Amino acid sequence: MRISYFPGCTLKNHAVNFDDSTIAACTRLGLTVTELDRWNCCGTVHGLASDDLIHRMAPITNLIRAKEADADAFMTGCAMCYSTLKRANLHLRENPEALSVVNGFLSLEQTDYRGDLDVLHLLELLRDRIGFAQLAARVERPLSGLRVACYYGCLLVRPRAAAIDDSENPKVMEDLMAALGATPVAFPLKTECCGAYQVVADPGIIAERTRRIMGSAASHGADLVVMSCPLCAYNLDDRQADARRLDPDLAPLPVFYFTQLMALALGCGEDVLRLERHRTDPRATLTARGLL
Amino acid sequence: MSVPVRIYPERSNRGFVDQVERLSGQRLLACYQCGNCSAGCPMADHMDLLPHQIIRSAQLGLAEALCGSRAIWACVSCMTCNGRCPKGVRIAEVIEAVREVVLRSNRRDDRLEVSALPAERLASLPPIALISAMRKLTS
Repeated sequence: MRISYFPGCTLKNHAVNFDDSTIAACTRLGLTVTELDRWNCCGTVHGLASDDLIHRMAPITNLIRAKEADADAFMTGCAMCYSTLKRANLHLRENPEALSVVNGFLSLEQTDYRGDLDVLHLLELLRDRIGFAQLAARVERPLSGLRVACYYGCLLVRPRAAAIDDSENPKVMEDLMAALGATPVAFPLKTECCGAYQVVADPGIIAERTRRIMGSAASHGADLVVMSCPLCAYNLDDRQADARRLDPDLAPLPVFYFTQLMALALGCGEDVLRLERHRTDPRATLTARGLL
Repeated sequence: MSVPVRIYPERSNRGFVDQVERLSGQRLLACYQCGNCSAGCPMADHMDLLPHQIIRSAQLGLAEALCGSRAIWACVSCMTCNGRCPKGVRIAEVIEAVREVVLRSNRRDDRLEVSALPAERLASLPPIALISAMRKLTS
């Protein structure tokens, strides 16, 4: 299967471990992953104002590039990029007038956009196009004994029209982790917001959010927390020290992208995991389970 | 004993209400103040007006109270409220509309000055954080 892949800005710097492990794991599954030609920033957030068409242009330009790539599927792994691309797409599908304005604005493009491309998150692609049973059959190094808290945050599951799973109790990541041989733990705060971009203007909010979310994962016996969003990962990993100032008893808990655990289980080398990028060192956790 | 109730529409700030309804695409009076949005809001601890109070204030056209609140900037559009509203009111869109009223006004009252952030902190922040913060908090 030929996949056109949208990495997103943060996967090219802070989250290279997400980018590298995505390509390595997908390649291991026999997928041909090609990075989208001339992609641009998706805009990160979907404008909610009814007249906010200017912020549809960045995601739609990417969809035009994806249309031109003419692959079997168009996919991204970043939860925020996914949501922005998906919601801009849905908005234009449902609003012919907006579609016409956008195409007028982008008149120098060779391709008119018709809203006829599907935006897939990698988790959807794995579940719906590959199948977790098929994936399980490719596992070379089962993540046996690894207790994983799956954190969805907001944008994989809300709003409902752009959700990849149930908004209140999603299970796609738990199913993936089970297919890799890991043990998903109960995690009541798995769809609770991490505070997102408030880390820029009001980092105190993030400390409080991180304390609650990571504290809940730890209290449910997780060895680590797995996710799909580089902003959530920054807040829950890089800002964990701030949370520990609020609660000195908060145990250090490593954060992973789901693709890193896929790469590990599928037999990829340790180099694609880029463990040096983690703020909370995950090596001891993996070594204790015989995975490093 | 019956008590007559008189409603004076001319007292409400109709222009503001219309603007919020247009920008949000919501009919504000659909909300019957059950409070479900506030009960589930992860940012409630950081708000001076809770989400159901924001909607009530918008219904009543209390522009000054809303535009001057901390709450509209605390909301990060996580959409928990929207998913749980029994009346299908998109609370996050209403809050975005109020933010837009402030950011589009002549005052251009930005809530973030990136150049004022310490260089070390700026360098440590991922682009996804900076871009989304600028999108939501600046005009």
